[in-house]
Amino acid sequence: MAETLCSDLSKAEEILERYPPEEPALIQVLQDVHRAYNYLPCDVLERVAEALDVPLAKVFSVSTFYKAFSLEPQGDTIVKVCTGTACHIRGAGQLVEELERQLGVGPDETTEDFKFTIKTVNCVGACAMAPLVIVGEQYFGSAKPAKVSKYLAEGCADEN
Amino acid sequence: MRIESLDQFEALKAQSLENEANRKQQVLVCCGTGCLASGSKKVAEAFADEIAKRSMDATVDLFVKSTGCHGFCERGPLVVLNPQGILYTKVKPGRVEEIVEKTLVGGEVIPGLLYKDPVSGERVEQYGEVPFYRHQVRVAMRNIGRVDPTDILDAISQGAYSGVAKALFEMTPHEVIGEVATSGQRGRGGAGFNTARKWQACKDAPGERCYVLCNGDEGDPGAFKDRSIMEGDPHSVIEGMIIGAYAVRTNEGFIYVRDEYPLAVVNLTIAIREARKYGLLGENIMGSGFDFDIKISRGGGAFVCGESSALMRSLEGKTGEPRAKYVHSTDKGLFDLPTVLNNVETWAGIGAIIDRGGAWFASMGTERSKGTKAFSLVGKVKNTGLIELPMGTTLRHIIYDIGGGILKDRPFKAVQTGGPSGGCVPEELLDLPVDYEELTEAGSMMGSGGMIVMDDRTCMVDVSRFFLAFLEEESCGKCTPCREGLKQMLHVYDRIIADKGIDGDIELIEKLAAGMQLGSLCELGKSAPNPVLSTLRYFRSEYEAHISDHACPAGVCRELTAFEIIEDECDGCHLCFKACPVDAITGVVKELHLIDHEACISCGACLDVCPTDSIRTFPKHEGARFNNV
Repeated sequence: MAETLCSDLSKAEEILERYPPEEPALIQVLQDVHRAYNYLPCDVLERVAEALDVPLAKVFSVSTFYKAFSLEPQGDTIVKVCTGTACHIRGAGQLVEELERQLGVGPDETTEDFKFTIKTVNCVGACAMAPLVIVGEQYFGSAKPAKVSKYLAEGCADEN
Repeated sequence: MRIESLDQFEALKAQSLENEANRKQQVLVCCGTGCLASGSKKVAEAFADEIAKRSMDATVDLFVKSTGCHGFCERGPLVVLNPQGILYTKVKPGRVEEIVEKTLVGGEVIPGLLYKDPVSGERVEQYGEVPFYRHQVRVAMRNIGRVDPTDILDAISQGAYSGVAKALFEMTPHEVIGEVATSGQRGRGGAGFNTARKWQACKDAPGERCYVLCNGDEGDPGAFKDRSIMEGDPHSVIEGMIIGAYAVRTNEGFIYVRDEYPLAVVNLTIAIREARKYGLLGENIMGSGFDFDIKISRGGGAFVCGESSALMRSLEGKTGEPRAKYVHSTDKGLFDLPTVLNNVETWAGIGAIIDRGGAWFASMGTERSKGTKAFSLVGKVKNTGLIELPMGTTLRHIIYDIGGGILKDRPFKAVQTGGPSGGCVPEELLDLPVDYEELTEAGSMMGSGGMIVMDDRTCMVDVSRFFLAFLEEESCGKCTPCREGLKQMLHVYDRIIADKGIDGDIELIEKLAAGMQLGSLCELGKSAPNPVLSTLRYFRSEYEAHISDHACPAGVCRELTAFEIIEDECDGCHLCFKACPVDAITGVVKELHLIDHEACISCGACLDVCPTDSIRTFPKHEGARFNNV
């Protein structure tokens, strides 16, 4: 389990220094922590709770409420399929299925080698390009299931 | 430099306008999320390289500007050449040299890059003549696509902050609210509450401090007008908020932006920094003595946070759970202080209303819904993108004249408006003038302006199930009718699409819907049955077909649908073979292809790619008509 590992807290300390030590900063702090560690490690959450003077239960409550946060380590590259309405009626479901077939994991799951995590998102606001696949930072509009492997390769190449 | 007085602002505006006029040849490259996805950044870079290579600045005085979203994302990357007014669509970096050579130097238009009108089949040269743009009237989106969102002087030259100057130096807060009242503007986030009344209520609330907030948590799937405004013209939002803050007398504001909109956060951050630098935010704005500043807060990816009280809880660092509405936000909102919360588009319109007058705004639109409204026109329509039109425009005009009709000229079935809280409007109501009341009466709602066009290949049961699944996932779980109602309703839908529907299911759905409307705490739960009830109202026969006839008329629901290739129609193009994800199609080029019904998963990928309409769907229990495998 990830919880038993000790995280490098120095990154968390740096983040905490940027915000006033109070509850309203919690979500912003968690967002920065998530970006720095690629997920929300348990021991970092304990430190955040202490620093912002918020009960740990509340920190967990917020961490599990918002979709942007994960308590599990994420893959190096996040593959998002937009499943908003426009994408849905233009075939987003088939894209998810094709990704599942290729990567062997389902939405919100990470491949064993920690290379990819599949996520579905409810609309990224690029509906005119529907359906969309986003690999890392790269957007692929009018996406087709047959091109999924190409998207994965291009999205990864772009990250490196 | 900081602006210390009205005169200095006017001087800066005049100077910026002159600079703009001196840029004789302009190349505007759309850099909204849509066009960026199509590679517009590389196009902008290619123009910059090409200019450097030719050192054209001296001869042609070329200026390349990365603008916000032009709205016509499907045709991206978009490039507009001014002063010629030429619109080039789907521009690839490789064609940039040709554009510079032929059009900018040679003065010759490249027909292949022009937009081709799907209705007339003709190529259209001028930006303003493209039907998608010709019918639009832009107020909230007035500067999007015209200004560089990261350049405050560019925005000022096009009129940004003129409304602030007028409000701060010529009007009292009372007069500002009066002007907004004259405009009749109603909230653009969906509920349509009168803006001036909201401001007045906050101003009248007891207490020294209050807040103004901007709701940029555009969660409705299928809507992206707020994204485009925040990305493409962030200064219009800031301007509106300064004016609102002055009207209700506050010094603090927040913009809550959806986590899924990274570019909006970047452009807003730059805009706020620039505005501070020029003394348009912070202490003593334009030397008027009025102080106001804005902070950006990123959301955490929860749909319910678009709800006003949930948004405020989220800003406080808490879970975004709504509260009962007998306490108004204008009395007790953020941190229990009086708060004005308006949508991005609402704020973006305020500057124009103050600058040009409330009467001008009110001269557009219908009796009860004034002004213009932004919509995202998407789904199975030829021209998809972002549009702004006077209220009262008919759905037919929007879908057929601006949208160019249905993709592949298939039959129109319905248009879904208002997101998961809205409903589906059928063909017989196509001449409905779009405003708040008309849509509500039709069983839908304005919502945040998403318009998703559906054709005969869209199953209304599947669409309703889609919204239910969405809401079930996004329900915060605080109140039982919403949390459990959605779960149970989804359970019934899953049964229906799995060919296990039973008599009485429709009535059960209606009963659950009534309970949720009555008992839910916030609008998410109260309006959640809208997609269900509107499809039941207009497309009840489709539900009955699923349950009684074991058939999905649209050929979407997999457990009910099978596919086959019509023998005489197939020309053996082999596209279906390539599209099939499970290799269920056999056949060689130029010969009849066959579908293996055992292997087929009924995904419909073959039907979508077939250019000759040779694939037909039929109810699974009926058996194939043709001798496929």
